[in-house]
Amino acid sequence: MATAGWQRRMAWVLGAVAVVGPLAAPNDYWIGVMARICLYATLALGLNIVVGFAGLLDLGYVAFFGIGSYLYAFLASTHFGLHLPFLLAVPIVVVLTAFSGILIGAPTLRLRGDYLAIVTLGFGEITYLLLINLDRPVNITGGPSGIIGIDPPAVAGFALSRNTQYYYLFLATLALTLLASGRLRRSRIGWAWQAIREDELAARAMGINTTVAKLQAFAIGASFAGIGGSFLASWQRSVFPVNFLFTESINILAMVILGGMGNLLGVVMGATLLVSLPEVFRDLQRYRLLVFGLMLMVLMVFRPEGLLTLQGRHDEEAEPGA
Amino acid sequence: MAGVLAILPQQIVFGLALGTVYGLVALGYTMVYGVLFMINFAHGEIFMIGAYVGWWVLALLLQAQVGALHPAWVVPLMLLHAMLFAGLLGVGLERFAYRPLYLRGATRLGPLISAIGASIFLQNAVMLSQGARMKVYMTSLLFPRTWRIQIAGASVSLLVIVMIVVAGLMMWGLHLLVQRTKLGRSIRAVAEDREMATIMGVNVRRVIAVTFFLGSALGGAGGVLVGLYYTQIDFFMGYSAGLKAFTAAVLGGIGNIRGAMLGGLILGLVESLAVTFMNPAYKDVVAFVILIVVLVFRPMGLLGENVAEREKV
Repeated sequence: MATAGWQRRMAWVLGAVAVVGPLAAPNDYWIGVMARICLYATLALGLNIVVGFAGLLDLGYVAFFGIGSYLYAFLASTHFGLHLPFLLAVPIVVVLTAFSGILIGAPTLRLRGDYLAIVTLGFGEITYLLLINLDRPVNITGGPSGIIGIDPPAVAGFALSRNTQYYYLFLATLALTLLASGRLRRSRIGWAWQAIREDELAARAMGINTTVAKLQAFAIGASFAGIGGSFLASWQRSVFPVNFLFTESINILAMVILGGMGNLLGVVMGATLLVSLPEVFRDLQRYRLLVFGLMLMVLMVFRPEGLLTLQGRHDEEAEPGA
Repeated sequence: MAGVLAILPQQIVFGLALGTVYGLVALGYTMVYGVLFMINFAHGEIFMIGAYVGWWVLALLLQAQVGALHPAWVVPLMLLHAMLFAGLLGVGLERFAYRPLYLRGATRLGPLISAIGASIFLQNAVMLSQGARMKVYMTSLLFPRTWRIQIAGASVSLLVIVMIVVAGLMMWGLHLLVQRTKLGRSIRAVAEDREMATIMGVNVRRVIAVTFFLGSALGGAGGVLVGLYYTQIDFFMGYSAGLKAFTAAVLGGIGNIRGAMLGGLILGLVESLAVTFMNPAYKDVVAFVILIVVLVFRPMGLLGENVAEREKV
């Protein structure tokens, strides 16, 4: 059990380590891994808003990641010949992805728990199937071969090229999303989400407009994926449908669950573990998903509240006396 | 258009065969949902493992060179092994991945995530032990291509008839079991009200385990039938088949045994007709769209009561 104050101190230490991290990295490849950690932590924080704060199990979060990536690719690549500047393209992508969150969230408002999970999973699969098939009759997404030739982030003529530069961009963004998440949790909307998570009926009885609050969760969660998607597209300089498979949804969900749903530091820790462990155990790559599945089961059976939990947080799933 | 109409009877037969199997697999989802109010996400993997067990039985028989393989005894043998293995696997899953959670009274998300973990685990265990490449069912050794009959303009292979008959018999057997036996009555009692059933002396844990066994066994049988039909199986086949069978269960009304059969038939027919009339690339979209539309507009399904919003009892 970790107290809030302890977690805040940890956050400062980890932040300091992250800033000087690239100096200690053995090579450029590892700086790339660190950049990916920040990217995925941002995504996981977005999903955390939907799953951790509002308690809506979204199994199709990767759809928003895919939508964000492809929207950025549409706006800033040779594919359509549009080359919007980075600082203009990203906000447009974020707004449109948030809107897609509302579109996908709206039909699911009446559903609860596992039904919501399956419907969001369906939306995730439909998004993937559209990405892979919309190259005919009119070529929109480039089909299975994706979109290449995407512009790198450039501000005032200076274009990012090295992994270190991307790392600091992603790290700064992660810090901002962390701050935003913390603010949101203590805001009026945040309390509404947590009330819905604990008891939707009671929340409604207390005068919370659950429809609006749920749509806000979907939209804000999706907007984080819009940021992540733009970053992925501009970093990889290309996007492919295989980046957005169901396993990716589960991967991001596991980051949220591992650290403890709703716990910000835990979510970042989950992302760090799940991105870096496969790199450390390269030889065991084949067994990665096997261990992963086992981990989800073991975690749910023995420690459903995740590895890090805030003291005093009311959690129905906590074992008596724990 | 004339071309499309010519293959229509064929597609309908194809849809019926597919639909009965979807129904069979859907029963596993529906029964488990009936007693535990949880989606057994790993059911698709149990179906897939059933297909592998059937493949192994056939492969070992071929290896042993027991002489002429007649489907009249080989198919029941494959089904029996697959059902037993799948059933026991389902019970094991219930014991270690779900029971600790429902005994603790966890909310609905815990068991679902545990089931997703089980699904990923089983998929990869099969991939690592059986290889990632697909395996080929030697269906043509059992059912020669010449064994076909003409029904209403469609040329139907004997295998399709066997599929429909086997699936139909199993559903009928399950129906009798649930409606006419003491065990069936206790299953219905647990589905109705778990606490009240406990008070009335029903051994709830045992009933839940038996329900998992039955549902998983039917899923395993479905795996063998699909393997025989498509002649190719791989470790990933359970994912989309599971989602479709779940769609069938929801379409008919989850928790409702007759609904699962009806939902399976409708989904099989709609899907095979969709392939005829539209771009086959969007075949899987059809099932998802049906699922979403049903859940949003008629969450209780065609024959069910409204459970989408019902809280866990």
